[in-house]
Amino acid sequence: MSNSQVTRISGTAIPLLMDDIDTDRIIPARFLRCVTFDGLGEHAFEDDRQQDPGHPFNDERFAGAGVLVGGRNFGCGSSREHAPQALIRWGLKAIVAESFAEIFFGNCTALGIPAVTLKRDRLESLVADVQADPTIEVTADLEAQTLAWGDQVAAAELPESARTALVSGEWDFLSQLLANGDAISETAAAIPYINGFGNE
Amino acid sequence: MDQATTSPSGSQNLFDVVWDQHSVGQLHSGQTQLFIGQHLIHEVTSPQAFEMLRDRGLGVKYPERTLATVDHIIPTDDQARPFADGLAEEMMSAIERNCREFGIELLGLDDSRQGIVHVVGPELGLTQPGITLVCGDSHTSTHGAFGAIALGIGTSQVAQVLATGTLAMNRPSVRRIEVSGALSEGVFAKDVILAIIRELGVQGGVGFAYEYAGDVFDAMNMEERMTVCNMSIEGGARCGYVNPDATTLEYLRGRPAVPSGADFERAATWWLSLASGPDASFDDHVRIDGAAIEPTVTWGINPGQSVGVGETLPAPAECSAEEQAGVEEALQFMGLEAGQPIRGQAIDVAFIGSCTNSRLSDLREAAAIASGRRVAEGVRALVVPGSQQVAKEAEALGLDRVFSEAGFQWRAAGCSMCLAMNPDKLQGREMCASSSNRNFKGRQGSPTGRTLLMSPAMVAAAAVTGQVTDVRDLAAQAT
Repeated sequence: MSNSQVTRISGTAIPLLMDDIDTDRIIPARFLRCVTFDGLGEHAFEDDRQQDPGHPFNDERFAGAGVLVGGRNFGCGSSREHAPQALIRWGLKAIVAESFAEIFFGNCTALGIPAVTLKRDRLESLVADVQADPTIEVTADLEAQTLAWGDQVAAAELPESARTALVSGEWDFLSQLLANGDAISETAAAIPYINGFGNE
Repeated sequence: MDQATTSPSGSQNLFDVVWDQHSVGQLHSGQTQLFIGQHLIHEVTSPQAFEMLRDRGLGVKYPERTLATVDHIIPTDDQARPFADGLAEEMMSAIERNCREFGIELLGLDDSRQGIVHVVGPELGLTQPGITLVCGDSHTSTHGAFGAIALGIGTSQVAQVLATGTLAMNRPSVRRIEVSGALSEGVFAKDVILAIIRELGVQGGVGFAYEYAGDVFDAMNMEERMTVCNMSIEGGARCGYVNPDATTLEYLRGRPAVPSGADFERAATWWLSLASGPDASFDDHVRIDGAAIEPTVTWGINPGQSVGVGETLPAPAECSAEEQAGVEEALQFMGLEAGQPIRGQAIDVAFIGSCTNSRLSDLREAAAIASGRRVAEGVRALVVPGSQQVAKEAEALGLDRVFSEAGFQWRAAGCSMCLAMNPDKLQGREMCASSSNRNFKGRQGSPTGRTLLMSPAMVAAAAVTGQVTDVRDLAAQAT
């Protein structure tokens, strides 16, 4: 089974230029008491929103945004896939940040959500422009590796493996992993603790 | 880029040797398809993975290499079924049904082997040197203490490992962190990892596996090594490990899943051969003086925001431009002042537990401080053993009575107040001295609750004094 190719994502943006936003903040643990990911979208950033009426996720101007703009080490902490699942269900299609935590980044890629990095000064310009005009359209182009808005174009980076997977539509790795059944068995058979440490 | 080798070479570190051995091949994306020797699952991040298998009509490829337990959502007081929390009951029923249907062994509440997934794996001897181990939980890095490659994964990856026994991964770089010298009295493994994260930052480890080495790690027991590896992820490193040695072998010998007799000797030879040799190369190298590490306490909202117990809190203006906004946000959320000492900070709750610090040696260190003292008035104090087996061993030593007589609540095994997916939660703005791993906003169940991370002995010291206290001051007093 192949997925849709992810090459260009466009949408309005929601600015959240803060560092070390952890996945507990993205989706507090009490909302993980569930057996499906349905319904998580409305709880994205719930506790931050409760404590800050001016939080961007409370701000009508950014409702309907498709691109989240974060800071450094976005998505750190818990491995919960509920975090990107909540953001997707809220309506996001791409995340732009200065940098990402590793497990969160992998989870995004596995769900077909590009997580690209921009230099800090470019993020700051982007946020200033979005604050000034929330209707401005932002486009992430994974082939050109750029993020464009208004008359601006910035270099947007992501690891080559993730870029290849998204652009080729092979971001759901399950079918690729399944295809190598024989190689898996051969590898396993050569591993000492699988083969009884060489003991017949 | 993978360079497949068939035998350990002098310049390879343990990580590279184990990675190469488990490498099935390279995917089109350039990622490695990595064989996974042990898969641990729990009730929170697995139900959607089983649904993905059902959707595609797939089974579990290696049920015998998969083990389930329950820890995150279970109550630590009244465990009668059905649980009072209907959502928790639904998750519990789901893992029971999924394990039954897919042929996976489940350590449920009625099984004396149940406990926190990262306590149970090592306890049963499933965590061994040279294996690859994954779990849908970021603290899977714990298992690296044995010289395993242990990785936290997301739910889609849980489904991939269930279906194929493999994972798509980019090979990380390896950073050796050498902590030399000897730790001072009253300084524990928790302080070592908090000091490492303070030094390298919460993002410093992204893209790296951490090899922990040097005198301090050589001298640590396995439980202490687990504490350090557990919090690798808090420093951004998805996994961290310690090379296997005689301490590792002694811990493993006789455990249920560990080979015995001649098989053990054969396994031990292989395990020791994996250790990074003196010529092993690394992508980066950091040296830290162990003797300089103080009992460490976090004051902020990420695990890198910490000070030695004798220090004062930083002022935003003193911090680098990069850190200023985060320090300001943290001080404001915590209700703390720049320049104030951390010592003497009043607390409301004391929590000893979590996959970081809920093992027998943790409870012994805490009990040594609690013994003969009383929990301060107005402080709510919980001790939550990491597994039923830890609870049993602690009870055999009378630790439960030490804690109870001191006014701590002695609970049943589970994740408890580390992440508050169960009834154990902070209320309102409570300030909690906690032996857990994360001080994120809202982490302990109240959106405005506050967490001070520290070692279990330091939590016990805070519990009996009602404030952050240098454990060395109490240890010095006769009780």
